[in-house]
Amino acid sequence: MSSHEQADVAVIGGGPAGLAAAAEAKAAGASRVLLLERDDRVGGILNQQVHDGFGTKVFNEALTGPEYAAIYEDRVNEREVETWLKTHVINVTKDRLITVHSDKGLRTIEAGSVVLSMGCRERTRGAIGTAGTRPAGVFTAGAVQNYMNVRNLAVGRKVVILGSGDIGLIMARRLKLEGAEVVCVAEILPQPSGIGANLVRCLEDFDIPLYLSTTVVEIHGKSRVTGVTLAEVGPKMGEKKGTRRFIECDTLLLSVGLIPENELTNKIGIITNPVTTGAVVDDSFRTSVPGIFSCGNVLQVHDVVDYATMESEKAGTAAAIWATTGKLPDADIKVSAGAGLRYVLPATISGTDAVDFTMRSWREEHDQSVIFKSGGEEVRRLRMPHMEPAGMIRVRVGKGRFRRIVNNELTVEVGA
Amino acid sequence: MPDKFDVAIIGGGVVGCAIARELSRYQLRVVVLERAADVARGTSGKNSGVVHTGINVPTGSRKAALNVAGARVFEDFCKDLDVPFDRVGKVIVALEEDQTPDLESLMARGIANGVPDLEIIDSATLKRMEPNISGAAALNVPTAAIACPYSLNIALAESSAEAGVEFMLNSPVTAINGDEGDFQITTPGGTVNAALIVNSAGLFSDKIARMVGIKRWRIWPCRGEYVILDKRAGSLINSMVYPVPPKGGAGLGVHITPTTDGNILLGPSADYTNDADDVRTTPKIRRQLLKEAAEFLPALSPRDVITAYSGMRPKLVPSKVGGFGDFVLEEVPEQLGMMNLVGIESPGLTASPAIADEISGWVRERIPAKKNSNFKGKWTAVDRVRDETPEKIDALIGEDPAYGEIICRCEMVTRKEIIDSINNGLEATSLNAIKYRSRATMGRCQGGFCGPRIIDLLIENGHSPESLTLTGGDSWLFLGSVEDLRKGRTREAVEAGN
Ligand SMILES: Cc1cc2nc3c(=O)[nH]c(=O)nc-3n(C[C@H](O)[C@H](O)[C@H](O)COP(=O)(O)OP(=O)(O)OC[C@H]3O[C@@H](n4cnc5c(N)ncnc54)[C@H](O)[C@@H]3O)c2cc1C
Ligand SMILES: Cc1cc2nc3c(=O)[nH]c(=O)nc-3n(C[C@H](O)[C@H](O)[C@H](O)COP(=O)(O)OP(=O)(O)OC[C@H]3O[C@@H](n4cnc5c(N)ncnc54)[C@H](O)[C@@H]3O)c2cc1C
Repeated sequence: MSSHEQADVAVIGGGPAGLAAAAEAKAAGASRVLLLERDDRVGGILNQQVHDGFGTKVFNEALTGPEYAAIYEDRVNEREVETWLKTHVINVTKDRLITVHSDKGLRTIEAGSVVLSMGCRERTRGAIGTAGTRPAGVFTAGAVQNYMNVRNLAVGRKVVILGSGDIGLIMARRLKLEGAEVVCVAEILPQPSGIGANLVRCLEDFDIPLYLSTTVVEIHGKSRVTGVTLAEVGPKMGEKKGTRRFIECDTLLLSVGLIPENELTNKIGIITNPVTTGAVVDDSFRTSVPGIFSCGNVLQVHDVVDYATMESEKAGTAAAIWATTGKLPDADIKVSAGAGLRYVLPATISGTDAVDFTMRSWREEHDQSVIFKSGGEEVRRLRMPHMEPAGMIRVRVGKGRFRRIVNNELTVEVGA
Repeated sequence: MPDKFDVAIIGGGVVGCAIARELSRYQLRVVVLERAADVARGTSGKNSGVVHTGINVPTGSRKAALNVAGARVFEDFCKDLDVPFDRVGKVIVALEEDQTPDLESLMARGIANGVPDLEIIDSATLKRMEPNISGAAALNVPTAAIACPYSLNIALAESSAEAGVEFMLNSPVTAINGDEGDFQITTPGGTVNAALIVNSAGLFSDKIARMVGIKRWRIWPCRGEYVILDKRAGSLINSMVYPVPPKGGAGLGVHITPTTDGNILLGPSADYTNDADDVRTTPKIRRQLLKEAAEFLPALSPRDVITAYSGMRPKLVPSKVGGFGDFVLEEVPEQLGMMNLVGIESPGLTASPAIADEISGWVRERIPAKKNSNFKGKWTAVDRVRDETPEKIDALIGEDPAYGEIICRCEMVTRKEIIDSINNGLEATSLNAIKYRSRATMGRCQGGFCGPRIIDLLIENGHSPESLTLTGGDSWLFLGSVEDLRKGRTREAVEAGN
């Protein structure tokens, strides 16, 4: 191998999560911090998100994706984090030996701690199994966003969108504004998967119909897409007889979910949560393997970048402390998701500091509360005017509250 | 291009290209006419990739003879062409005790066909060989192997092109006139003259035959769907796992087959259809495949499915009749000078070297030819970083930094491999041409990450966005720029430059 290097903290993935983690690791006293990014620039998925709406929580203003990323890129540079671009991490061991592939050859890095922030990728046609022929013109929404916003390429003129995820909704608006005909958005679930605000500003404002409990049952066209067949589905996702209809289009956009890029995580043998598919972490964002941390979309899919940033800053700080002192508070209190919640993060906490819990609800709820309980008693309750599966919920619990915890267990649930 | 060829091969599948390679050993003017935008777009790119031993075909048939002859040379055939090959072996599993007699009759036929090393193993031995498979007994076929079918097809074509064979892609044959010694073959791009014709048009070989008045064959397309599993499921099996073939069925039953790239295939199904091009995939069959495979391999998870595809069997016997149809390799009195290869269904991939040998003989009986000094016994594909040792990868990056940039992260394909694939010897430029040469876009993200980067490289290498296609023809990818969309320009107008 060409060379062998050492670092206090190595951060894998230079999206907003990795940028924030690397900047804070440096601020927290790590002397050599490496940020490893396979692309030719940092910023991750934000580079293609030219719409605004980023930074409303952190900066109190609505920035575009690239503007938001630039702030953190500057911070990383000011703090003298070493950024290695076009550097693909191909392996990480339990003892934190990292192998990277780049035009400088294969190199290894021995890191005091490692932050995993590889982001996520989109679910594709193959993974959802849409029937029909295999023509050109079937794209994931993120890929179209990339073609349009980064490469100035238009993929088609008459578009059907399958899935009501946020990228799909944002692309519906973008395509419409650029003169394409967006025939409809079809969503298999009885409720949309994107956040409510996007439904209004991307669909309703542009008269784009959203069909719920509806899916594409067949793709037509031998060379290029010529149309799709839509059908309604019942409560068990089975096709309803007699509801098929053909819609002519030249493009099908898929916005059917994101899959965290946990290949490296799994290869290391880190324990993961079957719901998020990301690592199981404590309130320092430590995984089950000592010295390895995880944050950002690879840990849980975020709909608001600000929260990804905040969680990653914590992870970066913790990674630096671990690398320089070998010490972080033990996290012995087990946290579990109770009624109404799909998951809650972190899985364990120390109780020595305030914790920002993140979670998602199963259903849309109005005027309900998120309730933290230990030994059957309430520890904290927060009234939520509105909850939806598409919107991550973030609740801060101060350290004083943790004094009420008994038996080292804490449950979080949705209740009246 | 010469104004007259000695031989025109119609169809650039594995059979047509194996013949082209065999003929390229001689000083013959050979052209391959292929209707698609690349070779390996027909059945040859969409099958199980199994090098069959010959236990499944009736003793004494042409299928049996060509299968066994092909299997014998297949490993060297792949080695010479730098094509992935792996002798993983096969177990044919009897789920219940009452299927054991079927195993015995399969074994008897295998022995009669000259297949070596067959043995019936008990349930415990099977468990030792395949810990995740349960069965009452199995027939162990250790000489069965797998190979990468489309890599073979492409290597055959590119090595022949290098030795002087002409390839005309996007050239569907629509009419044939003239006679032996002076055929005129019509394609949309113009007429090609040739002395002899080899009809290796696969699913359309009956239609090509009909163009010269041969009406004796009819192809009944029979679709076989597969699902492909993620590499993380690849370690569930060590060898191929087959059921006892269903009686009177159109195929060998749903089998679980490793690929040379470490994925697993489940399939194929068998459904007759009227349209040979209708290679659709359906959720119904997907569920059925997963269910049938799970009977052998309970550890299978639907979550591991990364994509699906279909291949089409060129059956010579309609579904109502059923039963065995043999390979046809015939020159018939209705039209001399034309060799027809019809009904080349499974094990056609395995038999392809043997078929090529036979057809080369037929050609040279009619047109004697000297050896071609441009023919190379060994041909190498692009260096594949993913198959190399760390030291070799380092050395490759030292030679060319383009090996240091991973474009397709799922399959570990570098920029250098993509560029080499773009500059292939057949001048095939579709996205799929790059996919099948480099494996880029074939992994779990199915091109989500590398798609745009490959497009960049195509554009950097001189292709306009409007001219890019998925599979050639009308399978365009981009209308033009965002401005073109806004201004309501059609793609044709953008491409024509107005
Ligand atoms: C489609 C979409 C729309 C969104 N819209 C909004 C919005 O409007 N407002 C808002 O506030 N938030 C939005 N978000 C949320 C926000 O963009 C994400 O939460 C945030 O980008 C997550 O950051 P990340 O760093 O975890 O992931 P990413 O941005 O995906 O970055 C991951 C980085 O890791 C790199 N990487 C991965 N593997 C490796 C490896 N092996 N070696 C080296 N590098 C590697 C990748 O190249 C990438 O640069 C949106 C998210 C998505 C997906
Ligand atoms: C589901 C399935 C599984 C199989 N599994 C195996 C296996 O495991 N092992 C094995 O040994 N065999 C297997 N086979 C069989 C094997 O794939 C075929 O026998 C082999 O690929 C046939 O090759 P070919 O060149 O004859 O046909 P094709 O690959 O179909 O080539 C014919 C070519 O002709 C072209 N063409 C058609 N019409 C025209 C025209 N008018 N003008 C110009 N070109 C034209 C087509 O585009 C095509 O490229 C399988 C087949 C199927 C369907």
